[in-house]
Amino acid sequence: MIPLTHYLILGAILFALSIIGIFLNRKNLLIILMSIELLLLAVNMNFVAFSAFLGDLNGQVFVFFILTVAASEAAIGLAILIVLFRNRSTINVTDLDSLKG
Amino acid sequence: MTFYQLTFYFFASIVVLAAAAVVTIKNPVKAALFLVLAFVGAAGVWLTLQAEFLAIVLVLVYVGAVMVLFLFVVMMLDIDMAVMRAGFTKYLPLGLGIAALLVVQLVMVMKGSFGGNEFAGIQMLGAEYSNTKALGAVIYTDYVLVFELAALILLVAMIAAIALTHRKRAANNKAVDPSVQVRVTREERLKIINLKSEGEASS
Repeated sequence: MIPLTHYLILGAILFALSIIGIFLNRKNLLIILMSIELLLLAVNMNFVAFSAFLGDLNGQVFVFFILTVAASEAAIGLAILIVLFRNRSTINVTDLDSLKG
Repeated sequence: MTFYQLTFYFFASIVVLAAAAVVTIKNPVKAALFLVLAFVGAAGVWLTLQAEFLAIVLVLVYVGAVMVLFLFVVMMLDIDMAVMRAGFTKYLPLGLGIAALLVVQLVMVMKGSFGGNEFAGIQMLGAEYSNTKALGAVIYTDYVLVFELAALILLVAMIAAIALTHRKRAANNKAVDPSVQVRVTREERLKIINLKSEGEASS
């Protein structure tokens, strides 16, 4: 039998890897979006693990809705990325400084 | 080690290795493909947790739709990866440090909190149990409003994505407006001319 902690540690490692991804690829908007997808996957992993170990289906319902929101977020994010690339012909985060922030 | 444990560790290692490849690999196309592998591995892990419906949804929605969207966008954009990769290793120590701190903290919390008897193991459900049916029974009763809201969110996302990326046709476009095409009458296209028959003329 696999203890719950192994599933949670898998989720934690996945979460940490995505955080590293955001740090490493901080210039590339596309890879940052992919890292966000991985972050959500790590959270979903915890939800499913707890749902199975507690015998409670509500956790899986939450995962279902998180997947929905993540899919729409990816679609809108990529649409914004394309508009950005059309107007500025770059998706480099360091070039997007018109607000002088 | 039983087959069950072997399955879990196999898929878990796939997820971790693929996720590591996503964040470190140079080529964005390969990164998207490794993300697909990570999602497939996660679906395998979820199968060991008896969440069959979500595992299949993950493969269908993510691998089938979202990742294809990512690949299309990667193809549409002309990215200079050399500029993108500049200073890649500069932030590596900081990222690794923060990530290691995060993992250590989370593992400490988990070891301390979730080792109790109530989390001893999964209750193995028989073959007659349907995860999809049980999930549907919850979603369409307790969560029906949230479910409709989720549908609305998807609709809004679709409209937003189309509105953002839709482009007007160019001025020199030769395509015919369908409404003009439909409104054409017979008189505009067809002209009937009375001609003498050839046979009558020769006789």
